Amino acid sequence: MNTQKLSHEPLIRVVKRTERPPRQVTLLRALALVLSILAGGLFILSLGYNPIEIYATILSGAFRSKIAIQGTVKIMIPLLISSLGVTLAFKMKFWNIGAEGQIIAGAIVASYFALYHSDWNHWVLIVVMFLAGVIGGGIWGLIPALCKMKWNTNETLFTLMLNYIALHIVDYLRDGPWKDPGSQGFPKIARFDANVMLDKVLGVQFGWIVALVLAALIYIYLRYTKQGYEISVVGESTETARYAGMNVRRIVLRTMFLSGAVCGIAGMVQATGSDITLTDAVAGGVGFTAIIVAWLSQLNPITITVVSFLFSVLEKGSSVVQSSYGLSTDCADVLQSIILFFVLGCEFFIRYRFVMRKKGGNA
Amino acid sequence: MDMFIKFLVAAVLAGTPLLFGTVGEILSEKVGHLNLGVEGMMSIGACSGFMAGYFSDSFAFALIAAALGGALGALIYAFLTVTLMANQNVTGLTLTIFGIGLSNFIGVYALGFSETGTLKLPDGITAHMRNIHIPGLSDLPVVGELLFSYNPFVYLGILIAIIMGLYLGRTQTGLNVQSIGENPAAADAAGIRVIFWKYFNILLGGAICGIGGAYCSMIINRGVWISNNVGGLGWIAVALVIFAGWKPVNAIGGSFVFGALRVLKYYMPKSVIDLPVAFYDMLPFLITALVLVISSMRKSRGIGLPAALGLNYYREER
Amino acid sequence: MSQTPANPACAIECRQITKTFGSVVANDKIDLDVRYGEILALLGENGSGKTTLMNMLSGIYHPDSGSISIAGQPVSINSPVDAMHLGIGMIHQHFKLVDAFTAMDNIVLGTHGKRLAPKVLKERILEICHSVGLEIDPEKRVYEMSVSEKQTVEILKVLYRDAKILILDEPTAVLTPQETGKLFAILRRMREQGRAIIIITHKLQEVLEISDRVTILWKGKSIDTVNTAETNARQLTELMVGRPVSLSIQRPQPQDPQPVMDVQGLTVKKPDGAIALDGISFDIRSGEILGIAGVAGSGQKELCETIAGLTKSEKGHITFKGEEILGKTPAEIISLGIHMGFVPEDRLGMGLVASMGMVDNMLLKSYRSHKGMFIDRKPARALAEELIRRLEIVTPGEDTPVRLLSGGNVQKVLIGREIESGPSVLITAYPVRGLDINSSYTVYDLLNEQKQKGVAVVFVGEDLDVLLELCDRILVLCHGRITGLVDASSVTKEQIGLMMTGSHSGEVQQ
Repeated sequence: MNTQKLSHEPLIRVVKRTERPPRQVTLLRALALVLSILAGGLFILSLGYNPIEIYATILSGAFRSKIAIQGTVKIMIPLLISSLGVTLAFKMKFWNIGAEGQIIAGAIVASYFALYHSDWNHWVLIVVMFLAGVIGGGIWGLIPALCKMKWNTNETLFTLMLNYIALHIVDYLRDGPWKDPGSQGFPKIARFDANVMLDKVLGVQFGWIVALVLAALIYIYLRYTKQGYEISVVGESTETARYAGMNVRRIVLRTMFLSGAVCGIAGMVQATGSDITLTDAVAGGVGFTAIIVAWLSQLNPITITVVSFLFSVLEKGSSVVQSSYGLSTDCADVLQSIILFFVLGCEFFIRYRFVMRKKGGNA
Repeated sequence: MDMFIKFLVAAVLAGTPLLFGTVGEILSEKVGHLNLGVEGMMSIGACSGFMAGYFSDSFAFALIAAALGGALGALIYAFLTVTLMANQNVTGLTLTIFGIGLSNFIGVYALGFSETGTLKLPDGITAHMRNIHIPGLSDLPVVGELLFSYNPFVYLGILIAIIMGLYLGRTQTGLNVQSIGENPAAADAAGIRVIFWKYFNILLGGAICGIGGAYCSMIINRGVWISNNVGGLGWIAVALVIFAGWKPVNAIGGSFVFGALRVLKYYMPKSVIDLPVAFYDMLPFLITALVLVISSMRKSRGIGLPAALGLNYYREER
Repeated sequence: MSQTPANPACAIECRQITKTFGSVVANDKIDLDVRYGEILALLGENGSGKTTLMNMLSGIYHPDSGSISIAGQPVSINSPVDAMHLGIGMIHQHFKLVDAFTAMDNIVLGTHGKRLAPKVLKERILEICHSVGLEIDPEKRVYEMSVSEKQTVEILKVLYRDAKILILDEPTAVLTPQETGKLFAILRRMREQGRAIIIITHKLQEVLEISDRVTILWKGKSIDTVNTAETNARQLTELMVGRPVSLSIQRPQPQDPQPVMDVQGLTVKKPDGAIALDGISFDIRSGEILGIAGVAGSGQKELCETIAGLTKSEKGHITFKGEEILGKTPAEIISLGIHMGFVPEDRLGMGLVASMGMVDNMLLKSYRSHKGMFIDRKPARALAEELIRRLEIVTPGEDTPVRLLSGGNVQKVLIGREIESGPSVLITAYPVRGLDINSSYTVYDLLNEQKQKGVAVVFVGEDLDVLLELCDRILVLCHGRITGLVDASSVTKEQIGLMMTGSHSGEVQQ
């Protein structure tokens, strides 16, 4: 037999290992985080800037003053809420990439009341707008779930298309029915009445309280309620759910409504608390960042709260970097994705390890 | 009639970047990897291609840089999902965010060196991107305009689609590669180098996406850099794969149909149908959503969906 | 330990092969010799390391240590390509075929060079078929094939590459006795052609029938190699299980069997529209074990799931003590006061949630009965603790994900939970598949215990010996029809085998 035809033993092989204990897993993830910050630093260095200086500017930019901190929290509000929203769907392994559209849909329905019923009692109006956000986002989440249940339509792509559809609905409203007559032909939607605006608590619109309350509620919902348990079982295996007598269809529809609804709340809060109008930038990529946050946090609402705060620091800080160094705020997106790349990669080392070829080989 | 020919020409031009993205994604999906990073790889290609052209003044170099940029993005994806077996959905999505962010970031960074406040490709390059002119053929009435008067990217895209169609459909290597997306364990047992071919296809797909990105940054805005120049085309390309039934050659027609949807607003006479502009902008996405739903309604076997799509492969899995 | 000089007549020589998966030692210093022109049986129970060893010969796994020589040359087999170049071909237990491709495309898969014209290729394949007596339609797609056709394609894949060493992993598990006979005839012809053949099995009769020599593995070690002509079933069994055991499984007398569940004219379709069950009628009795035999995919899965209320039926009736339960959801069935236990075939994919601990798995069927919207984990934790104690389940803790437990312990968790709900009917699908002998006997004991309590037990099995010894009555399914319903104590294995193929109907007792 001709042995020369044989391949060499590969330099590196992948071998399954006993799963690492939780403590090591945490360490591993921390290591990935450190490495990603180093990688981001290298990137900054390659552009000819001092990474330590830039990172320091990011941190100080987010915390240097009361206004800066308030700005950071303001960025965090929609990010935290929509991260919680996608978590509900992801826990069920329903690939809801449509947070962006659900945020917009919630904002649109809430804006209707903000524009046309601004004369209502302030608190009645806020409650109504809140519910409007829930329903708008909820329906936008329900549509792909219905198609998925009925025809097994790919939800990843469908929710994605719904993002753009929602975006162009805003453009339509802006150019037509909701166009501000007082803008001299420039297409935009009018600024909301002061009565519509969410009240401020500690200098920031009270959306941050809504966000924190939602984080606590969703933590309890997923962990301690029957519905939360059902979501976990369906996410793990629909066969098992069927076996346990669960109505998978109902659970998926309910959960996707909730997932969309929570994102819708984010849209309502952003439009009526921060933007005080409706623009097509109401979501502005938050729906995508939310997916990164949720995944980085292992779908745990408490961790999500922390991570979305850190990401907001990064966003806020990079806007300061922009003004002082002329580097674009897109820097934040780049750094965030680098972090997730590293954390995604590190999961491998929990269950597998690499084995190098033994010296000398076995020729 | 004249208007209609102009419409068709515009449809082909608008469909070309989609064609690159779709063919690139088909290559990746055929080895079982749903890469949602098309938008990101196109963005990286858009950036690297444009910048290489801007600074080197060489069209060929711009093309190579675009392909390399796209392939580099694909390499991140391939390393994470093939070697480290990370979740394909999340990795692809992150690649998209990364690619768009990186592209915009570098764009702003490069603008900092520009004295005019804009980035415009030098004439040496734009000369290469003009429509070709074949004496005789291009001058034919109707046919000349419709078939022989596009910029070189259009022909390159069609050529790549046909070559990839032959590669997947007609060669033994293509058969081997397709079996990876259907059943990687079977392919492995049959002696096919699963990991190698996964990397090969994903990277090749990324390179093709990168060239599509270069089209977005170099052609669409006539050589002037703008941010977000891919603008969601990558996502439509991912959906077009289904429309094309995972066949590169079908992607040619599919892309041009979607190109037509994108330019419809400029050619639909207001006197016939007067719809808001936002509706036309929405149309490609709306139709894609409908295509998704309809194709899922008539699910039939063997339409080309790789059976192991989205599943990572580990040889020693028990 | 000593290194014997390489012998060119030896097709394969394995020395001191060791392979671990995580903390599990699958192969522990195994020695193996195979010669050209012989059929070697590799005998061992599930989990004894047979498949792992063969996967190392075919390049799927890589040994941690040890040496392999092929035809006298020491080699390192790093991939299936290497194995192919060395003339080793493996026919996997779980077929490695591409469903969407034709037989032809599957056979040439992975070969290099130009793609052959279909006509030329077809001729070449039919020629190989002719030389060993195989039959195939080269243009048929795999998803339209029966299991025995699929196996034919697998064998052709190997022969097309002109393999001199063939490894067959449990080739008869999915075949009827008649198909097995045909396969053995083909294997003998290949032996005459001078090929070396390894057949992996745990069926003693087949070992005695087909092989020249037998190597026995036990718990990852090679225990002994004997000439088939000089051994017998009892000796092999003792070697295989590592200690002398009585072959018999207990079968206590049924306690006053009364029909509790009556199935009438049940017809069920698969999701793709094919008929899975075709108008079958039988009854299930309290205090007895009803065995269900049949080739895999004859409707067993659909039958279990329909009774459990998980699958919709086309027509027919299932009544429990006169009450119609067909068409009712599991929740509705429970609300009628009927408790049904169901141990599905796919334990981690259906019966349990793999990533959850025992506590959360205990909740799977009971969580709905808790009041309010919250879940009460206290009773589930108590139940988990009790099961750990009573069934001696080995687990680091009741919150450790069950996927990290061994196969036997996973099954104990599942059966334990189902028994604890106090069922009046207990349906079990392949409950000992993949378990070692000790765990299997634990399962038999648990089922007998339930039977003696008056529970109506259904046992879907694949090993006819076990069915014959454990069950009181055996129902035989073939293509969704009942081809026999017989008393287990008055029937032979061969008779059941014939019923499984539908060529002989057993008298249906009513």
